[in-house]
Amino acid sequence: MPVSKEILDEVALSQKEYQLIVEKLGREPTEVELGMFGSLWSEHCGYKHSKALLRQLPSRSKRVLVKPGEENAGAVDIGDGLVVVMKIESHNHPSAIEPYQGAATGVGGIVRDIFTMGARPIALMNSLRFGPLTDAHNRYLFGGVVGGIAGYGNCLGIPDMGGEIYFADCYAGNPLVNAFCLGIARADKLVKARAKGEGNLLMLVGADTGRDGLHGASGLASRTFEEERELRSTVQVGNPFLEKLLIEACLELAETDWIAGMQDLGAAGLTSSAVESAARGGGGIEIDVLKVPRREKGMTPYEVMLSESQERMLVVVKKGYEGKVKALFDRWELRSDIIGSVTGDGIARIKEGKKVVAEAPVNLLTSSPVYQRRVKRPEWLNRLQDFDANSIPDLSRKNANSPLLRLLASPNIASKHCVYRQYDHQVGDNTVVLPGSDAAVLRIKGTKKAISLTTDGNARYCYVNPYLGGIIAVAEAARNLSCSGAQPLALTNCLNFGNPEKDDVYYQLKECIAGMARACQELKIPVISGNVSLYNETKGEAIYPTPVVAMVGLIEDVVKHCTSGFKNEGDLVFLLGDSQTIDSSIGSSEYLELIHGITKGNPYIDLEMEIRLQHCCLEAISRGLIKSAHDCSDGGLAVALAESCLANGLGLISYDWKAEGRMDAALFGEAQSRIIVSVAPKSMWKLEKLADRYHIAATRLGTVGGKRLTLKGYIDLSLKQLGEAWWDGLEKLL
Amino acid sequence: MKFGIIIFPGTWSDRDCHYALSDILKQKAEYIWHKETDLSEYDCVILPGGFSYGDYLRSGAIARFSPVMTALERFTAQGKLVIGICNGFQILCESGLLPGALLTNDNLQYRCQWTHLRTENTSTAFTSQCENGQVLKIPIGHYEGRYYADDTTLAELEADKRIIFRYATATGKITEPANPNGSMNNIAGIINKKGNVLGMMPHPERACEPLLGSSDGNIIWESIIASI
Repeated sequence: MPVSKEILDEVALSQKEYQLIVEKLGREPTEVELGMFGSLWSEHCGYKHSKALLRQLPSRSKRVLVKPGEENAGAVDIGDGLVVVMKIESHNHPSAIEPYQGAATGVGGIVRDIFTMGARPIALMNSLRFGPLTDAHNRYLFGGVVGGIAGYGNCLGIPDMGGEIYFADCYAGNPLVNAFCLGIARADKLVKARAKGEGNLLMLVGADTGRDGLHGASGLASRTFEEERELRSTVQVGNPFLEKLLIEACLELAETDWIAGMQDLGAAGLTSSAVESAARGGGGIEIDVLKVPRREKGMTPYEVMLSESQERMLVVVKKGYEGKVKALFDRWELRSDIIGSVTGDGIARIKEGKKVVAEAPVNLLTSSPVYQRRVKRPEWLNRLQDFDANSIPDLSRKNANSPLLRLLASPNIASKHCVYRQYDHQVGDNTVVLPGSDAAVLRIKGTKKAISLTTDGNARYCYVNPYLGGIIAVAEAARNLSCSGAQPLALTNCLNFGNPEKDDVYYQLKECIAGMARACQELKIPVISGNVSLYNETKGEAIYPTPVVAMVGLIEDVVKHCTSGFKNEGDLVFLLGDSQTIDSSIGSSEYLELIHGITKGNPYIDLEMEIRLQHCCLEAISRGLIKSAHDCSDGGLAVALAESCLANGLGLISYDWKAEGRMDAALFGEAQSRIIVSVAPKSMWKLEKLADRYHIAATRLGTVGGKRLTLKGYIDLSLKQLGEAWWDGLEKLL
Repeated sequence: MKFGIIIFPGTWSDRDCHYALSDILKQKAEYIWHKETDLSEYDCVILPGGFSYGDYLRSGAIARFSPVMTALERFTAQGKLVIGICNGFQILCESGLLPGALLTNDNLQYRCQWTHLRTENTSTAFTSQCENGQVLKIPIGHYEGRYYADDTTLAELEADKRIIFRYATATGKITEPANPNGSMNNIAGIINKKGNVLGMMPHPERACEPLLGSSDGNIIWESIIASI
């Protein structure tokens, strides 16, 4: 019997996929089974369009304990018996519809992924993209998203270490809200998300189940949507207080030996939680939906199984310990109910009382088809990549100040303090470097160590050249960590793209992942977890391909961390790295777009030099040779120097260093592999010797001092002027 | 001496207070569950920061009904020391142990930032180790921290020198820009009439090590230790 297109659309399955299900089951699926297949085979849960591409990403290193897909988040060893657990995940579509709750529940979901593993969450970050703030609707989305992150995160008592915020036209109807969480656990106490051990009990803990969030995974996250208002009911409402209780109770539980596993309920609710843990455990599960506590009357088994009500956990309790586990949750005033058990037959059996409403093999439910396609490079990329710097006038000594001030005040570059001060970033007593530096630094109590965190992803580069953009996203994140003195350990990524069923978008996805894979291999940084958010489109227009990289690094001795601001008058300022000014390095730069309205030209990176530069910077910091290190990124050299000046209110008196070629490229070009460092005069020759050993150019730019930034006679501005532009730039637009 | 740190559902500064006291100041510190009814073994009780019961209603409005609050009233009546930080200050105001109320910040946003506090009275159990007028660098993190009291109460607080800390500039000037939330008279912390209950919005437990940017918070803990 052919099922209607409307029904298949509702669960986001194609006719072909439906036929496959019928063939494998040997019969038509029941209504509940169809809903379960739709969710588990969705892009959000099943990764059907991205799985084949993601395999290219390296995921091994000596320190990696949990690889992507094995558990809710990846884990790396940091020594002293400790591991960090981390993941980034998108909540783009819900945030487009209901910004406050969408962003809030994004935080809630990613936090559950972390404490599910028995790790205490110690840091949050967010990577955000919006349309221009000149538009009232974008301002509404921005305010709602920031408010939701603050409202939920602050209530949990987990410091939010910032992240990044960018603006571009392509995000106007489709903001990106990626939430990152990192936790810390004892290596021997990691909890697995496995439904294992026949006869063990499935306990549902936390919120009651309601009709909220039905079809979140199959609907919102796995296809484009035109009439967004229709989908408002698919957005959930968060209760951070309940989540806080769950964190404390579940971490207490993780210390016991009463449980066999734990899994949060996220996208596709009970369906994915129970079936995926059964798949990991290698057995089956049986659930009676009548035992699931409900928020409202008259819910069908289908609704119970697909509800995405927030703040719920599934605990696999060892038989005989259910009384103890229940008592623990009672103490935290959390509701807990046994809703089923682990079976040995490999079947996911859902019952309503005595009536079986779904009975399908776990392996089939979790084996969504994998699509891989050959696609051609889109022709239009030629037009974007073909850019001649000589088509625009170069700067003169008379007119270089104004573009610097405009760049500093542009929302992409301006200080984000008016956002970060709304996030509690100091709770936990670990925050060494606050949000807003190249990377945030948190010390690890009980050790001498610290971790360093950053998120990066320049979507404009990826739009013009997805392969190079993918490389640069990884390289820049690693460079930011190097500037803080941290050895990069691992990354987690969130791949935000348009509809992958379109050739051009699939090409972008494929090339971006290939670029990231290459950079990860060369820099020896494994990818330990991640998330894919596809179908980010409005009215048929895809967003820029936006891979977001969140990376963690390790500082062996916290005292030896480094920050971006100049420290003392009289220190010498050097540019480490690419000193050859390449005219084309203004390609795809913030300068070219903001000042000339052009989004064109390949970005540029020499990966081999990048690696030497990062090693050189790390050694300089660990040997105590340099006092500050700051990565040259958006806005180029002039912006980076201004930021290093503004951090501690110390100016720069420049030398007439050698710069061949165009001045706009020298000042505002975005050639990668460049770090600005400051050094005490007595350490100067040691730094030069070190740079020489790594074959890294060290160009002396000037001396720290005064209250102005001067550059080669081109830039001459007081710190007050620079500060007003940079500090107030974003806030003025809100 | 022994510190007790109360945990209400939703409290989150409990661990930071415990860390500052036991790891940095090497004091005995224990957690107290909100259902506890006997506080007799403690010398000083801390009501830490957080969002007790989610603070969906007025901050602290539900926590004040916790069983431990009855015990806390007896504890304060005995003259023992109590310090309420952030949410703890809000709970103390809600319970009537301190006068006034903490309203939503005048900027209508959560604020997490470093502030400077001028010590206004050094002859209290909480400030005895401070110099007169000493400026302490201690951060805030709150959404409802704008201190409000009626004119009579405010005049009384001023006259009795019960305003212990005011938001100030780094050099100790009391100015409007130095006030992060619109508190009346730049009030950051007050004590009760008896002088044994302190409420303050800034977090001294977050300023416990130079590595974290300041260790000025320790002066408050050291004052408490010295007074017992």
